[in-house]
Amino acid sequence: MADFSLQTLAAQAFTGLVLGGILVLLATGLSLIFGLMAVVNFSHGSLYMLGAYFGVFLLTFTKNFWVALIGAPLLVGLFGLFMERFLVRPLYGRSPDDPLLLTFGLSLVLVELVKLIWGRIGLTLDPPPALAGGVDLGFMVFPAYRLFILAVTAVTLLGLWLFLERTNIGLIVRAGTRDPLMVRALGFDLGRVWFLIFGLGVAMAGLAGVLAGPLRGVYAEMGFEMIIECFVVVVVGGMGSLVGAIVAGLLIGEIVSLTTFFAPKASELVIFIVMAVVLLVRPSGLFGEPGLAE
Amino acid sequence: MDRRYFLGTATATAATFAFPAILRAQSSGPIKIGFPLPLTGPFGAIATDQQRGAILAMEQVNARGGVLGRQIEVLFRDDQLKPAVGAQRTKELIENEKVDFIVGGLAAHVQMAINEQAKAAGKLFISISQSDEISAKPDSGPLTFHEALNPTITGRAVGGWGVKNLGKAWWIVYADYAWGKQNDAVFTSVVEKAGGKVLGHTPYPLGKPEFSTHIPKILAAKPEVVLAAAPGTDSVAFAKQAISFGLKKQTKLMMPLHFVYFAKEGGADLFADVYAGTSFYWELENTIPQAKKYVEAFQKRFKETPDSYSGYGYSGIMEVVRGVELAKSTNSDAVATALLNNPIYDHYKGKEWWRKCDRKAFQDLWIVKGVSPARGEWGYYDIAAKVPADEALDRTCAEKGYA
Amino acid sequence: MKGAVAAVARPIAAHPVLSIVIFFALLPFLVPYRSLATQVLVYGLFALGFNLLYGYTGILSFGHAAFWGLGAYGTGIALAKLGVKSLWLGMLSGLVCAVVAGAIVGAFCLRRRGIYFAMLTLAFSQVFYFAAFHLADLTGGDDGLRGIPKLPLGFFGLEIPLDKPIAFHYFALAWATLAVAGLRRLLDSPFGAVLRAIRENSDRATACGYDVARLKLVSFIFSALIAGLAGSLDALRLTIVPVEALYWATSGQAVIMTLLGGGGTFFGPFVGAATFLVLEDRLGAFLESWPIIVGLIFMAFVLFLPKGIWGTLLDHLPRGSA
Repeated sequence: MADFSLQTLAAQAFTGLVLGGILVLLATGLSLIFGLMAVVNFSHGSLYMLGAYFGVFLLTFTKNFWVALIGAPLLVGLFGLFMERFLVRPLYGRSPDDPLLLTFGLSLVLVELVKLIWGRIGLTLDPPPALAGGVDLGFMVFPAYRLFILAVTAVTLLGLWLFLERTNIGLIVRAGTRDPLMVRALGFDLGRVWFLIFGLGVAMAGLAGVLAGPLRGVYAEMGFEMIIECFVVVVVGGMGSLVGAIVAGLLIGEIVSLTTFFAPKASELVIFIVMAVVLLVRPSGLFGEPGLAE
Repeated sequence: MDRRYFLGTATATAATFAFPAILRAQSSGPIKIGFPLPLTGPFGAIATDQQRGAILAMEQVNARGGVLGRQIEVLFRDDQLKPAVGAQRTKELIENEKVDFIVGGLAAHVQMAINEQAKAAGKLFISISQSDEISAKPDSGPLTFHEALNPTITGRAVGGWGVKNLGKAWWIVYADYAWGKQNDAVFTSVVEKAGGKVLGHTPYPLGKPEFSTHIPKILAAKPEVVLAAAPGTDSVAFAKQAISFGLKKQTKLMMPLHFVYFAKEGGADLFADVYAGTSFYWELENTIPQAKKYVEAFQKRFKETPDSYSGYGYSGIMEVVRGVELAKSTNSDAVATALLNNPIYDHYKGKEWWRKCDRKAFQDLWIVKGVSPARGEWGYYDIAAKVPADEALDRTCAEKGYA
Repeated sequence: MKGAVAAVARPIAAHPVLSIVIFFALLPFLVPYRSLATQVLVYGLFALGFNLLYGYTGILSFGHAAFWGLGAYGTGIALAKLGVKSLWLGMLSGLVCAVVAGAIVGAFCLRRRGIYFAMLTLAFSQVFYFAAFHLADLTGGDDGLRGIPKLPLGFFGLEIPLDKPIAFHYFALAWATLAVAGLRRLLDSPFGAVLRAIRENSDRATACGYDVARLKLVSFIFSALIAGLAGSLDALRLTIVPVEALYWATSGQAVIMTLLGGGGTFFGPFVGAATFLVLEDRLGAFLESWPIIVGLIFMAFVLFLPKGIWGTLLDHLPRGSA
């Protein structure tokens, strides 16, 4: 059995925070898209993977990690714009399951496409030497790069908050989430906003991917492993709720981290049990819109 | 002239003229060998390696006239690393293509699915990747041959060498599924038998290589050797995290098996000074003449360097051909008997042989150590030791459930 | 041309049970090898079960692999591990597991709707998956359950061997016929009409006074039963149960096949299964990047032919069809 010292516990908890960070980035992107457009983007995991691959591509091209870090999400975001315009937009007004099915198919295609272009062997994404060392936090020595992930997540979320709360487009997004009909009636081109937000949500997945690349390596199937966890986080937090995505992401990150350490066999199951329990008690997730679920 | 003698001669003469007709009737079309393998999926690179080895064997055999006057044809089918698909592809090969033999499989669960179909159809199956179960009861059938190494042999060889040369205090990190658990058990028993001690075990969910929570604990226990039974890309993740948390600086790292593809994926720095076992490494061409022949032929044919599993593909096909030649038949039972009665062979790296009771192949293996920088495009290892083929490295047939 | 198609399609749509029997009776001789026809039959049945819930009741489940897998394991464990000697009992064991699970999972998950419902069904199937993965002594773990014997069918004193592919095919066809006939009765009944009403507008159906929750559960259980039957047949067909049978990707296959063929139609799931599996079999034989092609075809269907092959065909029949 594991030792229960306060130090170990603190170390575990801190690691869970970092794991949660990647999940939060993924989940907020997914929730943003669903909240505004009621589109379940099943290809979110593959777009995360695409972000990692674009990151490697840019890094190899420019030899500059920072360019890769900014450029990869931008490229994925651009792809997201293309997706919305040509793949998702034709499906509005049809069965709500259709975008889910389409993005499911897309996720399979993206994995194979990536293998065709970049080969079957995985790739390496290395952080810059500046971030390669460790930082002494007192209760443990923590890799600097993981702290960097936390920092980037925090900055991104702050940026997102400012965008939603302080800009005009953000205002339209928030209103459009609450009542799209009304917003249209008031004369706003919601279609354009949907277009942009889809790109933004997808770009966040790309950012999560390029950040995660150095942790576990870059390979075509990396998205499939994340997509289910991502969905669980979004559902637990409440589909469409950004606060929910953040809280649930960190919560799930912590729970998985602690369970993996103390009861490894249960670690795969625990997120589903948590989800089931949460949905029992709060039908729309922790912060979700009531009425959507029953 | 004696009438009997005349009749005898006449009959013999007539038969001689008739014989080519009989030959022609039998040599209708090529001898087909089915080859299911995961061309799509996370091990696609290794599967391609297996495929190339098989293609090389096929082309070499056909270039020298085939066998029994017939060419051989290897039919590759993608099993997607899924047992259900592997089973269906095997059915297709047997029922539709009417293959005479099956060689193939990567990953234990798919091999066993393939084996079940081959058993049902009475076809010889040479399995070419790691599995402890495939050569044991109840999975193994009288036509199930296992060409590759298995966790027991690899574990005893690699672990045995490691505990003698790297240290006696161990920690084992392993993926929580059959292969990982088997390695954990074998390495533990080997280390303890040699007077060493396993200080701790860390199972982790397969495909979720997140070791940040475990490494501080491992560091605190101060093991001399850490074994990571993490397959494929998990091993890359483990190596990255071992470096970033300072584990690599403090202990020696070992893995049961390694492939140059993951060395390439992670980069030479990542796997430098990491020890592992392997059934074949191309730089053995410098010391073993058969290996030199094989590697050169492979490089000439594919403009690529072969890795370990290509040898399995090559040897598997060659053994089917050798069996057919010996048995003078494509009947699976006859070929199996012929192989077991003439168990010794050597196709690309040295002497191998089939053990009669469980149809298990025994072969040399090597302990390799990662180097950085790599020598050229594929020179990722130094050879640390050779572990010669030895039946004592595997379980006895009694232990495998044979009477 | 249109007339010819209509002349074939209309009677097929009008007599689904007979059509399926004839189609699958002939299929083994139309495809390159017999086992492919059986694979199409069994997966088509799986999709049919899923389609009852999705196409007819309007509920999208992500976790149908649970019932397919439990049907397979129920039968497999009974025959391989518990030494049950009767094929009937073995199959019954699989069906019971699937139905019981269907009742429990349905009762729990149907309290929620939409994506929340779908995720709950996914959660359950993943729980079953991890249970099967780790209870290796019972299920064979990640190596799968092997050694399922091909028992003969004991039928009124006769012992009919099922080891020849064609014999097994007709055995599976007999079961599929029962399932399809049963489903036909169900859907043609008032119960079936209410299911369609629920699909169109669940709240209105409630307002009309129907006990929608109970009806959804009944539909769910029937859907689980059919999926479980399919899984049980597949276990017998392959003589193994891979643990991936319970994984969410297997649920995805039912979704793909139903969509390709046409949700809300009888023949659709079988058409979808045939299309997908024959493509996989023939394309995969010589094209390594076949998954891209299948994925692109699927996406094209969602975009342009959401009713699937069969559904679109039915839609385009000249007026005057049934």
